[in-house]
Amino acid sequence: MTYSVQIKQLDLAFGAVKVLQNLDLDIHEGEFLVLLGSSGCGKSTLLNCIAGLLEVTDGQIFIKGRNVTWAEPSERGIGMVFQSYALYPQMTVRGNLSFGLKNARLPKAEIEKRVNRAADILQIQPLLDRKPGALSGGQRQRVAIGRALVRDVDVFLFDEPLSNLDAKLRVDLRVELKRLHNQLQNTMIYVTHDQIEAMTLADRIAVMKGGKIMQLGSPDEIYNRPRNLYVADFIGSPSMNFLEGRLEGGNFKVDDMVMPMVGYEFLTPQTSDHTAVIGIRPEHVVTGELVRNAPLQFDVDVDLVEPMGSDTLIYAKLGRHPFRIRMDGQARVKSGEVLAIGIDPSRASIFDKKTEDRL
Amino acid sequence: MADAALRDGPRGPKPKKSFSRANIFLYGTLLLVSLYYLLPLYVMIVTSLKGMPEIRMGNVFGPPMEITFEPWVKAWSEACTGINCDGLQRGFWNSVNILIPSLILSISIASINGYALANWRFKGSETFFTILIIGAFIPYQTMIYPIVIILREVGLMGSLGGLVLVHAVFGMPILTLLFRNYFTSLPEELFKAARVDGAGFWGIYFRIMLPMSLPIFVVAMILQVTGIWNDFLFGVIYTKPSTYPMTVQLNNIVNSVQGVKEYNVNMAATLLTGIVPLVIYFASGKLFVRGIAAGAVKG
Repeated sequence: MTYSVQIKQLDLAFGAVKVLQNLDLDIHEGEFLVLLGSSGCGKSTLLNCIAGLLEVTDGQIFIKGRNVTWAEPSERGIGMVFQSYALYPQMTVRGNLSFGLKNARLPKAEIEKRVNRAADILQIQPLLDRKPGALSGGQRQRVAIGRALVRDVDVFLFDEPLSNLDAKLRVDLRVELKRLHNQLQNTMIYVTHDQIEAMTLADRIAVMKGGKIMQLGSPDEIYNRPRNLYVADFIGSPSMNFLEGRLEGGNFKVDDMVMPMVGYEFLTPQTSDHTAVIGIRPEHVVTGELVRNAPLQFDVDVDLVEPMGSDTLIYAKLGRHPFRIRMDGQARVKSGEVLAIGIDPSRASIFDKKTEDRL
Repeated sequence: MADAALRDGPRGPKPKKSFSRANIFLYGTLLLVSLYYLLPLYVMIVTSLKGMPEIRMGNVFGPPMEITFEPWVKAWSEACTGINCDGLQRGFWNSVNILIPSLILSISIASINGYALANWRFKGSETFFTILIIGAFIPYQTMIYPIVIILREVGLMGSLGGLVLVHAVFGMPILTLLFRNYFTSLPEELFKAARVDGAGFWGIYFRIMLPMSLPIFVVAMILQVTGIWNDFLFGVIYTKPSTYPMTVQLNNIVNSVQGVKEYNVNMAATLLTGIVPLVIYFASGKLFVRGIAAGAVKG
C-alpha cells in the first residue's frame, strides 16, 4: 500500500511554545483520517502544516512521495475547507470555484468543465451565480467543499468544516461527506473535536493531546481498546467510569469488592501486583434480565436519573464511588432505588496507575 | 381576580412621553451646544453675502439686507496677494495638484504596508510596525528643518513634487495603522484559502482584500483630504509663492495690511477654502463612520 501523506519527525514551535513535537504520521492512499482532540491539542496546527500555511520548525512532509516541506500551499496538491467557509464575499459562487483555477492559468473550457462537474457532485448548480452572502450555512459549506473539489487534488484537508452549522444540518452534511469520500476515493484529513463525527467518518482516528498523537487506530480500536487513560476518558459520551484499585493475581480489587478479570485480554501477562485503574463504559453495563448471565454482578444505589428519550442515564454509587450507567430509554428507574447491574470484564479496560497505559 | 389583572395590566410597548423632563433637557442641551458651535459659521455666511457699506453699519448678526455674491466672485478671481491679483483660484488649483498625487501615493503605499504587516508577518515585522507608529507621535515641527535639507539635496525644494512627498511621508504612520488594523480584522481563513488557491502577494491584495476594504479606503481618503487640504505649515515652507496652496493664499489675502479690510471677501475666501473637505465629508460621512467602527472593533 502506498502512502498519500507522510509526516516525519515534525516539530512546530511558536517561540518557546512547542505545539507539535517529533510527530510521525503515515496516511494511506484514499484513507479518511480524522485528527481528534480538544482545543489546543495541535490538530489544526498539524493540518495547517500539511497545507503549507505554517512553516514547520523541523521535520519533513511528503505528499504522494514528494517532499513538499518547502512547497507553497498551491503546489502541494491539496484542497482545504475551513470552518468559517472562507468564501470570497465579493465573488459569485462560480467566481469562488474558479478563482484557484484562474490562478493556475487553466484554459477557460477546462475551468468551465471542472466547475460544472463540482457543482453537479455537490448539487449547487442553481446557486452558481449567487454571492456567498445570499446562501445559507449549509450551501456555503458546500461551495467551500466545491472549491477544494475543482482543484482535482490528491488530498482534501478539512478544518472543523461542520462546527459552524446547526445540529441537524451537521448530521446531514456529515452523511454527505462520507458519501463524497466513497465516491471520490481521495485521501481526506479531517480535523474535529466532535467524537461522533470522528467515529462515523473515519477509517482511522488519531487522538491528539499536547501536540502528540495519543493513539492512532480504527474507530473500533479507539472505542473498545483505548491505549491509555486519556483516550479512554476522551472517547465516549457519557465518558467511561474509572475505579481505582489494585490488580492482584488476576483479580481487580476496589475497596472490599473483588472483580475476577476473567476474559480480559492483557497486552502483557501481569506477574506482579500493582495499583491500577479499571474503566467501564456506561453503555457496557447490563441491567434487568441480563444481569444473571453477566460474569460480575453488583448492586448500586441510584442517585439521579436523566431520561433522554433514546436512552436513560443513571448516576449511581457503586460502593462509595460514583458510577454512570446507560440504560434503555424506556427503563423506569427512580432515584433512591437499588439497581442490580452486571459487568463483563472482557469489555472493560485496565490501565496502569502510574504510566496511564493500557495493561 | 388574577385573570382580570392579567387582562387590564400593561401590554405591548410602553408608551413614551415626548415632552418628558429628560427629553427637554436632552434636546435643550443639544440645541444650545449646536447653536454655540454654529454661530460663527452663520456670521461668516451672512457677512460674505453683505456689501461693505452694510458691514460698516456693524450689525454682525443681522441677515443681509441686500444679498450680493460679489465678495465670492472677488475672492475667487480678483483678490490680491502680493503682486498677483487673480484671486484664490490659483491657490485652489495648486491645492488640487498637491492633493491628488499625495492622496494616491499615501493611500496606496499605506494600504500595501498595512496589508503586508497584517497578513505576511515577517521576521521583525512587529518591531517595524512599532517604529512606524512612533512616527505618528513625533511633532512635525522638529522635522521641518531636516526635511528642508533633504528636499534641497534631492532638488525638490519649492516644487509641488516635494510637498507631495512630504505629505505622503507624514500620512504614512497613521494610515498604515488604520489599514493594518482593518486587514487584521478580516477573517484570516480567507487569506489562507486564497493562498491554497494559489494567489500570490499581489493577487490576494487586488482580488481579495481590496474589494472588501471600501470603507477603510474612504476613511483614509477623508483623513488625507482634510489633512492635506487644510495643511498650512508644510505648504508655506516647502513651496514658493507661485505654487502656494489655497490655505497659504487665503492667509495672505486675509492678512494683507494694505487698503481697506474687506471682511466680506475674507469670509467668502475662507468659506471657499473650507468647501472641499466639507463636500468630501458630507458625500461619504456614512461610510466614514462605518469604516472607523470596523477598524476599531479589532486591532
